[in-house]
Amino acid sequence: MLDPDSGLSLTIARIVQRLQGSSLHSQLERQARVSLHKPEIKLESLKEDIKDFLKTSGWEKKLQNAVYSELNVFPSPCHPAAPPEHMKEPLAYMRKAQGSWEKRILKSLNSMCTELSIPLAQKRPASEQKELLNKWNEMGTDEPDLSLFRPVYAPKDFLEVLMNLRNPNYENGEQPSFRNHLGLIQVPLKVKDIPELKEDFSELGLNTGQLGIDDSAQVPPEFFENEHVRVGQKVLAEQDSAAAQQYVRQGCPTALRADLWALILNISNQPEDILYYEQLKSNVIQYDLLVDSLIYKDVKLTASNDDYYFVFEDYLYQVLLCFSRDTSVLDHFTYSSATPPKSYIRGKLGIEEYAVFYPPNGVIPFHGFSMYVAPLCFLYHEPSKLYQIFREMYVRFFFRLHSISSHPSGIVSLCLLFETLLQTHLPQLFYHLREIGAQPLRISFKWMVRAFSGYLATDQLLLLWDRILGYNSLEVLAVPQR
Amino acid sequence: MATAAACGACAMAGRRAAAAAPRAPKKPKQRPAERGGAGPGSTGGSAPGAAPLPPPPPSGRPRPCVRFKCGLTGPVLDVLSSRPGWQQAKDEEEWDFLWCDVSWLRENFDHTYMEEHVRICHFRNHYELSRKNYLVKNLKRFRKQLEREAGKLEAAKCDFFPKTFEMPSEYHLFVEEFRKKPGTTWIMKPVGRSQGKGIFLFRKLKDIVDWKKDGGRTEEQKDETQVETYVAQQYIENPYLIGGRKFDLRVYVLVTSYIPLKAWLYRDGFARFSNTRFTLNSIDDHYVHLTNVAVQKTARDYDPEKGCKWMIQQLRQYLTAKHGAGSVEVLFADMDNIFIKSLQSVQKVIISDKHCFELYGYDILIDRNLKPWLLEVNASPSLIASSQEDYELKCHLLKDTLHIVDMEGRLTGKEKRVGGFDLIWNDGPVSREGNLGTLVNGNFMANTHLGTYSPSAGRVPCSHPFLTKRRARAFHLRTREQGVWTLGLRVQKEQTFSKSGCKQPDCRSTVENKHINVGETTLFIALLFKF
Repeated sequence: MLDPDSGLSLTIARIVQRLQGSSLHSQLERQARVSLHKPEIKLESLKEDIKDFLKTSGWEKKLQNAVYSELNVFPSPCHPAAPPEHMKEPLAYMRKAQGSWEKRILKSLNSMCTELSIPLAQKRPASEQKELLNKWNEMGTDEPDLSLFRPVYAPKDFLEVLMNLRNPNYENGEQPSFRNHLGLIQVPLKVKDIPELKEDFSELGLNTGQLGIDDSAQVPPEFFENEHVRVGQKVLAEQDSAAAQQYVRQGCPTALRADLWALILNISNQPEDILYYEQLKSNVIQYDLLVDSLIYKDVKLTASNDDYYFVFEDYLYQVLLCFSRDTSVLDHFTYSSATPPKSYIRGKLGIEEYAVFYPPNGVIPFHGFSMYVAPLCFLYHEPSKLYQIFREMYVRFFFRLHSISSHPSGIVSLCLLFETLLQTHLPQLFYHLREIGAQPLRISFKWMVRAFSGYLATDQLLLLWDRILGYNSLEVLAVPQR
Repeated sequence: MATAAACGACAMAGRRAAAAAPRAPKKPKQRPAERGGAGPGSTGGSAPGAAPLPPPPPSGRPRPCVRFKCGLTGPVLDVLSSRPGWQQAKDEEEWDFLWCDVSWLRENFDHTYMEEHVRICHFRNHYELSRKNYLVKNLKRFRKQLEREAGKLEAAKCDFFPKTFEMPSEYHLFVEEFRKKPGTTWIMKPVGRSQGKGIFLFRKLKDIVDWKKDGGRTEEQKDETQVETYVAQQYIENPYLIGGRKFDLRVYVLVTSYIPLKAWLYRDGFARFSNTRFTLNSIDDHYVHLTNVAVQKTARDYDPEKGCKWMIQQLRQYLTAKHGAGSVEVLFADMDNIFIKSLQSVQKVIISDKHCFELYGYDILIDRNLKPWLLEVNASPSLIASSQEDYELKCHLLKDTLHIVDMEGRLTGKEKRVGGFDLIWNDGPVSREGNLGTLVNGNFMANTHLGTYSPSAGRVPCSHPFLTKRRARAFHLRTREQGVWTLGLRVQKEQTFSKSGCKQPDCRSTVENKHINVGETTLFIALLFKF
């Protein structure tokens, strides 16, 4: 057991290390230097005066937001002697299952590659580059022949893998009984029950106002809506990340949502961020990856056919193609149970110096992946900001929905939570569904994997994602909500 | 009662000999027998005498019976047929309610006698509003009148119609305006046609040289070959784009009387997107510029499964997220202004008739400054459904229209909202509850909720053999019963039949396992979260 003090100092050390090289650090230094010219800074009390200055000018708030963001994203450190795999996934059998699932995906990707004899990556000829650059804002008008491409996997394939997950250390000596053979997920993970959920999600209680319900036509706005909007505007004025996260638990007003989410995710769209996006864009122009075709295919199959998201087709390409080339996404693999697939330069199989991650961001898209981005297009219209928001959402939340892990927000726990709640509170419904051959998890699995994108109307989906951000947890997906 | 006599001469002969009892409001209608013979089950002859009564409902009170005639199929017929107590009149039978098309109106309205309670779905001279050249004339006249009476500021509120000239009669006025701003794009629309037919864009005068030639023809020459009347309208070059695409709005307004003016605005509507990205470079490309679904359907890359419509709720949310609630309120208040002013401009011209009501489809275009423009008013908006959602919208729209027409006599007359319709004008502005006297952008804040709360939310959808996609729609069903919150999700049956020519999504994956079929029935999964 890690004692709290050393745990805290480890966390502090880690955050300091991460923020040290960041642009925020250099900005703070610059601001401090600039403040030296100010009359209120005196030499005797230099340190305090500069600190005060940073506080009043809002820079301390920015630092607070950055620290808060780091705390949210990275899990607390475990025992110092634990190997790095434990941060990814403490349970050995889960790691093994994830490893074999990844091997399977990679195998099918490689076989598709050899079948179609298309290289995994190649440089585009100059004429093609020019054409793509011209068409950058309307890539949806392209109609490439994608008939030979198939998505690498679909959620239902993933469900089959999860169903077969077993803990080898778990001796289930009891007779196979009604209770433990009803559900599909058969791993003994700890999931919360109703009293715990009630406590954790206390802001969703009956006595607290919620947007989406208490702002409906029949309720006069004075009761809840007006005050809530006013508080939201205040939170935005303060630019406080933690307050925003608390605030959105009751839902975001539509007009404030884009700014509030950016505040929570700590996205400020600085010039260097825009520059980074432009670099990714030029990478897309210069190199053609096989995954690009998979992305095209996925967008055409899912988002383009959706009644509401078809309009945003062009934005989806601009985000997803850049996403697959973004190596900063590789950072999230330190706390994800997944490992990025490696590919070797032709002819140098097995030689580590010639290994690269493929795709560069380590994430192979599956059927429906583009639906993670589509709802965000309702909020953000500037491509680089949209991109950053999506990337942040992915490395905080969405990656857990398609990797095998024991994390409480991981898909396995969510499935188990769903099944347990349903069995406990609606046993008749559960039993009936099984009788007619409709296992409830088979129906709800694809909803959860996509975080309900494409299955819920947009306004409700965004209210649901408000809670994901507010509680920094995906458990709301498995639990009934408004 | 009215008989739809095909030949005008015998119309008077068809007049009922036995006068019907006048319809008393809030009482059930008189039995058909007393009117003489044209009850359900009879052959519709005009023989007087008692016809067999339909069995009264269990409550004992005789149910009203409305005989309708309908010239269309689809949602209209479905809604009329399923209305309790309404029955389709047989061929020669008399009817109480007629849903006709405008050509029938033109031929028969003047010769048809209608009893007091009879209702018909068009005004005699609706074309004052629906034909583009008449609309322009009426608006221009109204604007002048407003300027005289209330000043320039008030008259400026009528500037929601792009500069329009009737062709060929106003050709010279048009040329004068054209020369003032060279290089702007103009659009030419035939007045009588619909669905985008015959429309084209131009920038140079030589593209429309024909009209100049006709301008010099003599009267006799003109009579020989009827020149189709067109209007030349300034093209709105900066339309609001979403995802690079242009769109326009279809909004429904129901007018039950012109004198006094009583108008209702439906909360639902939709935005129709063009399938291709907007650019001013290719003015010949109809698919870029014309957003009618009829035109888009013929585009090469039109995918019937794609659908290019958004409900107005979506649009309103999108705009609110992008521009803030304040700007969007102003935009919708400006749209209210369009509806009211356009109706006021034809108020004195339309032949007022208590039998008539009319459901108009307004086409509105929003430009990049969030200013709405009126493109046209349709007196016969398309009531054909292009998708399941569309079908539901039109069914609800028609049901609510019939509620307001109120043949059953249930309304008190004081309602400000009936179903999805909000009363927008009742011989004067109608205020929103709790907002007396507040002004938005100089306009009175009217009792409208376009695009805010979906009127069809929570209702059981009409079933229709249109299900081609499986979709779980979450209804806005949130009930607070005994401390229990529920979220209802409805999963529709998975259908995999394909229509000819549509792309069947190929989602067989490479890592394939058995394909499991979900159960047949419609499942309603309600997860309870008891507090």
